[in-house]
Amino acid sequence: MNKARSNPLNTVMMHGALILYTLIALFPVFIIIINSFKERRSIFREPLALPNSESFSTIGYETVMKQGDFFLYFQNSMIVTVATLFFVLLFGAMAAYALSEYRFKGNLLMGLYLALGIMIPIRIGTVAILDMMVATGLVNTLWALILVYTAQGLPLAVFILSEFMRQVSDDLKNAGRIDGLSEYTIFFRLVVPLVRPAMATVAVFNMIPIWNDLWFPLILAPAEETKTLTLGSQVFIGQFVTDWNAVLSALSMAILPVLVLYVIFSRQLIRGITSGAVK
Amino acid sequence: MNKARIRWHILVFLAPAVIVYSAVMVFPLFNTLRLALYSRVDQERVFVGLENFRTLFFDPIWSEQFWNALGNNFWFFIVHMLVQNPIGIALAALLSHPRLRFAALYRSAIFIPTILSFVIVGFAWKLILSPIWGIAPGMLDWVGLKSLYAPWLGKEEYALTTLALVSVWQFIGIPMMLIYAALLTIPEEILEAGEVDGITGLSAFWKIKLPLILPSIGIISILTFVGNFNAFDLIYAAQGALAGPDFSTDILGTFMYRTFFGFQLQLGDPHMGSAIAGAMFAIILIGVCIYLFGIQTRMRRYQL
Repeated sequence: MNKARSNPLNTVMMHGALILYTLIALFPVFIIIINSFKERRSIFREPLALPNSESFSTIGYETVMKQGDFFLYFQNSMIVTVATLFFVLLFGAMAAYALSEYRFKGNLLMGLYLALGIMIPIRIGTVAILDMMVATGLVNTLWALILVYTAQGLPLAVFILSEFMRQVSDDLKNAGRIDGLSEYTIFFRLVVPLVRPAMATVAVFNMIPIWNDLWFPLILAPAEETKTLTLGSQVFIGQFVTDWNAVLSALSMAILPVLVLYVIFSRQLIRGITSGAVK
Repeated sequence: MNKARIRWHILVFLAPAVIVYSAVMVFPLFNTLRLALYSRVDQERVFVGLENFRTLFFDPIWSEQFWNALGNNFWFFIVHMLVQNPIGIALAALLSHPRLRFAALYRSAIFIPTILSFVIVGFAWKLILSPIWGIAPGMLDWVGLKSLYAPWLGKEEYALTTLALVSVWQFIGIPMMLIYAALLTIPEEILEAGEVDGITGLSAFWKIKLPLILPSIGIISILTFVGNFNAFDLIYAAQGALAGPDFSTDILGTFMYRTFFGFQLQLGDPHMGSAIAGAMFAIILIGVCIYLFGIQTRMRRYQL
């Protein structure tokens, strides 16, 4: 190891810079969560103090539980996210397999057509999407959101998955063919299990933007019974602007599920990004 | 292989993805562009050609809002390019240092804001910067800079930059991760060869690493561009659809939302909304084309 690269002073400075930025990144989240457990006066008097026996209060959470249907919102977000991931992975893997495995007329063109959507955001088509959802009666249903997010997630899914499917050995698939397996069986039994890590990466990439989206829930499914957690907390906070306990508690409750998902999937996410899946 | 035989399984494999993608994404996209060429006159849809775009760009009432939103959007993008990407690269360079302890911990912690929703981020910062709560002025007081405090989100001249910086705070994890990934692919031998020639530390970063990660910086720039010109949620969550104060934080996304749905006394107008969407589409397309044909093809790639 070269001396210049392991100079102790440099190491201290590097840790200093990283700790400083970590504090900047975490400070707002920390401040929201600790204050959500305090009673109103202490929120204002000592915003930076941890809640103690005197200032501790869960009044905000009680208001949130009474006034907002957060379990329903959470359930809606969950249904939309899980269903979308299922369709993106199933349809995306099928299309990726067709493009990477078979040679047919228009293969390249089809690949380009599907790849176009990686760069063009689906929001630009919102006016016509709303028209279509109104015409088909899907507006204010979770299906509207699932369809939109599936369409939005497919291009990148097909792109990433076909890269990985090209690496699956031909010998394996041909052995399957000789044994008389149908193309469908080869796909579901042989290929899908082998690209499972890539599918996990696609799932993690899609999950967070879907969970956090505000635009489409606001436009396509603003009804009370189809609100997602993101839209639900936006509306709730908007109504309770002056009730600081309720606002802080609602924010903390919205942070919690994402944080849990992140803790579970962060290794997958980071591995996905650093393995160059998004080149 | 028999040519006349249709290989049905290919069709079955492709159909679901192609149908959903075409019906829910591609078709509405073109339909929106088509709707921009119509207008509603007395409850009827009339073809007006490029009239809506003429109104948008030149009619005094509309054009003022449009150019304001576009200008704000460019400023939003510039702040990201000047602040988010350099800091992201610097953090990645620090993290990729060999034998740095706790690198995984820093990396995960700094990425946390990126996974939070705009609603959380918008409100959290609104509360923290609020003069009522007093966290921001209190903290500036600690370091003796209390005089610098202003209700940034409420002042026309600061609000947009403040929101851009909040967005930078949120998304810094993305450039950090992508650059970090690129830095990890640089082989140790190259850096060692540099050391033999006396290039170490910072100069190794400028002279060896930076040229090698330029393609990744290009990708980050285009991702930032598309993301910024498509942004809406943060401004809406923090300032509402009116993008206050006095439209100083209005960007194309909020402008399109307001036009499409209407607000207060103004009725929603899907055709003008489509015209704005058309303009956004053109801007993003130009950006992507500049990147693909102007930057990406000219960038020197080194064989590692």
